[in-house]
Amino acid sequence: MSTIILPKDRATFHLTEEPHHPEGHSTMLGFWIYLMSDCLMFAVLFAVFAVLGNNFAAGPGPKDLFDLELVALNTAMLLFSSITYGFAMLAMVKNNSRQVLIWLGITGLFGLAFLAIELYEFHHLIHIGATPQRSAFLSAFFTLVGTHGLHVTFGLIWLVTLMVQVSKRGLTAANQRRLGCLSLFWHFLDVIWIGVFTFVYLLGMI
Amino acid sequence: MTLTEFIFGRLDWNAIPYDPIVQLTFVAVALGGIALVGALTYFKLWGYLWNEWFTSVDHKKIGIMYMILGLVMLLRGFADAIMMRIQQAIAFNGSEGYLNAHHYDQIFTAHGVIMIFFVAMPWVTGLMNYVVPLQIGARDVSFPFLNNFSFWMTTGGAIITMISLFIGEYGQTGWLAFPPLSGIGASPYVGVDYYIWGLQVAGVGTTLSGINLLVTIIKMRAPGMTMMKMPIFTWTSLCTNVLIVASFPVLTVVLVLLSLDRYVGTNFFTNDLGGNPMMYVNLIWIWGHPEVYILILPLFGVFSEVVSTFTGKRLFGYTSMVYATVVITVLSYLVWLHHFFTMGSGASVNSFFGITTMIISIPTGAKIFNWLFTMYKGRIRFELPMMWTVAFMLTFTVGGMTGVLLAVPPADFVLHNSLFLIAHFHNVIIGGVVFGLFAAINFWWPKAFGFRLDPFWGKVSFWGWVVGYWVAFTPLYVLGLMGVTRRMRVFDDPSLQIWFQIAAVGAFIVAIGIGAFLIQIAVSIWKRDQLRDFTGDPWGGRTLEWATSSPPPDYNFAFTPVAHDVDAWHDMKARNYQRPTTGFAEIHMPRGTGAGVILSVLAVICGFALVWYIWWLAALSFIGIVGYSIYHTFDNDRDYYIPVDEVIETERKREAQLASLKA
Amino acid sequence: MKSLRFAAIASLLFLASCKAVVLSPSGDIAAQQRDLLLLSTGLMLLIIVPVMALVVFFAWKYRASNRDAEYDPDWHHSTRLELVIWSAPLLIIICLGALTWVGTHLLDPYRKLDRISADKAIEAEYTPLRVQVVSMDWKWLFIYPEYGFATVNELAAPVDRPIEFSLTSTSVMNAFYIPAMAGMIYSMPAMETKLNGVFNNEGVYDGFSSHYSGHGFSGMRFKAHALDQAGFDQWVADVRASDTALDRAEYLELEKPSEHVPPTRFGTVDADLYHAILNFCVESGKMCMDEMMALDRQGGMGIAGIMNVTALTHDKYARRGTVLGSAPVTVDAFCTVLDSQRMYGSLETEVVQPKPATPIRGHALAQPAMSLTPTFTLLSTPRGAEAL
Repeated sequence: MSTIILPKDRATFHLTEEPHHPEGHSTMLGFWIYLMSDCLMFAVLFAVFAVLGNNFAAGPGPKDLFDLELVALNTAMLLFSSITYGFAMLAMVKNNSRQVLIWLGITGLFGLAFLAIELYEFHHLIHIGATPQRSAFLSAFFTLVGTHGLHVTFGLIWLVTLMVQVSKRGLTAANQRRLGCLSLFWHFLDVIWIGVFTFVYLLGMI
Repeated sequence: MTLTEFIFGRLDWNAIPYDPIVQLTFVAVALGGIALVGALTYFKLWGYLWNEWFTSVDHKKIGIMYMILGLVMLLRGFADAIMMRIQQAIAFNGSEGYLNAHHYDQIFTAHGVIMIFFVAMPWVTGLMNYVVPLQIGARDVSFPFLNNFSFWMTTGGAIITMISLFIGEYGQTGWLAFPPLSGIGASPYVGVDYYIWGLQVAGVGTTLSGINLLVTIIKMRAPGMTMMKMPIFTWTSLCTNVLIVASFPVLTVVLVLLSLDRYVGTNFFTNDLGGNPMMYVNLIWIWGHPEVYILILPLFGVFSEVVSTFTGKRLFGYTSMVYATVVITVLSYLVWLHHFFTMGSGASVNSFFGITTMIISIPTGAKIFNWLFTMYKGRIRFELPMMWTVAFMLTFTVGGMTGVLLAVPPADFVLHNSLFLIAHFHNVIIGGVVFGLFAAINFWWPKAFGFRLDPFWGKVSFWGWVVGYWVAFTPLYVLGLMGVTRRMRVFDDPSLQIWFQIAAVGAFIVAIGIGAFLIQIAVSIWKRDQLRDFTGDPWGGRTLEWATSSPPPDYNFAFTPVAHDVDAWHDMKARNYQRPTTGFAEIHMPRGTGAGVILSVLAVICGFALVWYIWWLAALSFIGIVGYSIYHTFDNDRDYYIPVDEVIETERKREAQLASLKA
Repeated sequence: MKSLRFAAIASLLFLASCKAVVLSPSGDIAAQQRDLLLLSTGLMLLIIVPVMALVVFFAWKYRASNRDAEYDPDWHHSTRLELVIWSAPLLIIICLGALTWVGTHLLDPYRKLDRISADKAIEAEYTPLRVQVVSMDWKWLFIYPEYGFATVNELAAPVDRPIEFSLTSTSVMNAFYIPAMAGMIYSMPAMETKLNGVFNNEGVYDGFSSHYSGHGFSGMRFKAHALDQAGFDQWVADVRASDTALDRAEYLELEKPSEHVPPTRFGTVDADLYHAILNFCVESGKMCMDEMMALDRQGGMGIAGIMNVTALTHDKYARRGTVLGSAPVTVDAFCTVLDSQRMYGSLETEVVQPKPATPIRGHALAQPAMSLTPTFTLLSTPRGAEAL
């Protein structure tokens, strides 16, 4: 952030030296605001799930469909991936690009595992006929969880892109900034998932 | 699935509308387009346009392009308005008018969507884009490329909407596309899909531009410009962009859910299997009401700037103005239900939302008083921007009053969905947003182009709009009290006809206003040397944008200005500020890029393919968008330095300009 | 010039008033809504008129050419004035807010009437005329459960008898509006809304949909006949004389989209037809919404419920189903106790209980020492607060 210096001298009407605005000095703030708007999208999806979550259309409800152990495993995958992303950021601070790449790779694998388990769950549901078309509850469920899954997918694409960037250009200022943004994004998805896990799966099983 | 179906989806020859009006329009547009393309090619302007405008990341050029987009779309939206007025003026005594239901229903849907999303929004965004960085003494916005991308996405949305005129159809659902009417059952063809994808593509642009301007205002203010020393237009822009960021995601999600219902057969807003159409109405108005304030707040800022400039006085009650803006921003989220009191939510819920709505009129009223007392003991110069402002104050108060009236639920029960409602929101949107935009265009045009707009044609345009507005919409107030509902195509009761005829006359008077505005621009360009302004400060301005030359150099300010006062430039002038003439340095600037145009073209293709179920094309263009975005991140050549010699040369010319004035 | 404009508007309103049904209705509810409308307008004019006058006056007085006027370029703050400009609108809004709270509750469309008109009290116990309204593509179906008949695009009611409308829709949203009688209310598919109203004067009034509902929307109009008792009895006899019956099969025919439908009468109507329309189960074999909702409250039907569906064979639209989704289905019905009760049970008539005679008040307002309502002379003095 540029420090705004208020000149004591009221006769100073312009700065003779340019204030230092390093490239991307507001990226973090901008990305944070973007995340908040994304958060609002999830908020709407949660609200929709809250409204429609009990409209089973004389079909199955959460207790009939969810397998908590599988979801717990899934949650663990995502939480681990958040930790390993944290390690990648620590390595970045130490300016060790090889370690960054390794940790990013591990994060990506955890992310992939998360997606695989989620897809398995979806496949299972659709296979037994509990499709998004069957009831409003299922529509809301698939859309909320699926939107999160899509975000993870794009996070993974981004992660791979950044791995290529880091391996080609090293930990440049731009890449560090991008890693910081993806870090925010990745942890944000974690937080959303905790909401999904709590409100959709755990509360549904009560 | 046959091969043709695979290649073209549901696009076939039947998609060409069999309607002489549309076909004539198509011929005219095609001829005009060919002429334009021919002229651009003949005069070899493509390179200039591409390099200097389309790929530019300069906030000033992007701002101007937004204004042009809004103007072009205004002509389309107004054509729809005139067609509706004519239909309603003649469809009496058994006459079906000249529009069938299919056509008429598309027209009022398109009119609403285009006027809000592709006229008012681009104009407001363009204005903020142009003025805000100048007002806060910055060189550009925080994310210049993102700004260019946002503009092209907004344009992409407009293009998708315009394509629907000639290929297929537009929605016949009203501008908010309530299900179940907009569901696949009642609207199986492409109209609603055009609506959805047009808005989704434009919505990306709007949201990103909101984030961009928000960060710009927070991070890039000139030293000394604390929050409570920001110009009032910047304040209202800040609040507007907060509203954009915090409401457009809701629209995005609602439209995604509607498209899932339409494409995949989910049950969010369907009648059966547990769906709930009322949820759509609630959600879309949770976006829709803040949207109203997104439109009007920046114009409140414009009026504040105009009033204080043309009264030659400091704005009365700056602090209370700021708080009023913030209060409106917050309250705008607590009133959405007043758009559907008649849904039967129960008396307590209805009165809650009715009363919160009325509460908004308190800060709004305070604003009106602040402008009023700025005029008090002022020295008012009735230049065009000030004329628009006075017309606004008189027109908008009436609109505000009818608005509060509609916020009283029992009154709303008899007036909801009536022409009274139509008259009310045109009263605030034309009387507030449009009048404000014309005030702003007349006010900042000299800054953007270095010459003023012609006052004679400006006055013709002004009277056309003001008189036309009242003639067109007063009858609608009356008709509303006669119990006439909106969106009617034919009428039984012959005694209503006279009112619709008066309204049609009003619409034609507004057409004179629009025509005069176009002439005003043309005449001003023709007579630009007579209207030239070298001072950079033709009105005796008070804020920083007037401190630089007109038009400002690419870098806006050679040196970052320092603000000591709300009216920073006024303060500088009062305390004998001297322009710096030495000590220039090279200036770091962002480089233009075609990425925004390319991504937007891909988005338009993707949207079009989705509308017509051309899956391969949709998939391909989507992969293209993702792939190109990744490719773009590898482009490191994003900035350059304006060499010091060029800066010195520019500033020397400016010095010469100013010297010629003194001589 | 501005005052001229006002004079023009005022005279326009005067011209309009002979036909402005909203301003001169024939039903007590609409009349009270009109009163509230005028009262609110009056309240707001208290502040609007001075503001507009001041705008004109200041614009004229402080024009640049008037060098006599005081010019004070630095005057920009006055705490006292700020207090006034915030508190004046605040006071008006407090009054208007109180008026809104009371008026909204009194005139809630769900609330049973507590008077026939300003000068006519209601009986202590009364049975409202019940009319079940179904908005269809693009016509109105009126079912009179008391009389067991139905009409299309023709409504009749005796003067001064409270009417209780129950409304639903077959496919899309509409709004039911007879401006002469009472304000509008949405009719929505698979949902029921209520509207209470009364006609005070005999006559033929316009009724229509005031929420856009598709291509046939403009023609979705009907005449509402407010008749004296004898006339109404005659009308009832006439409708009963019609020998067409509205059973489920006939209804499914009627449900198909049509425009500008002339008034049609059905001498008899299936007793549970309205329930079936409301719950989307007119076609045999479809599970009714209320059953479905009852099952959902129990947690749904489990995995077995997934298969309890039938591919859609008949529905309201020519084309159903989405391009990427599976074939649309409906949930199959079970025969339940509820069902048989409905099949063999009788139609209950509703009797409105007399209401306590305490003055109305909002949830948030303490009971004032003196009743609030009599100060609003244009409103009625309500006898009940049932809605609260």
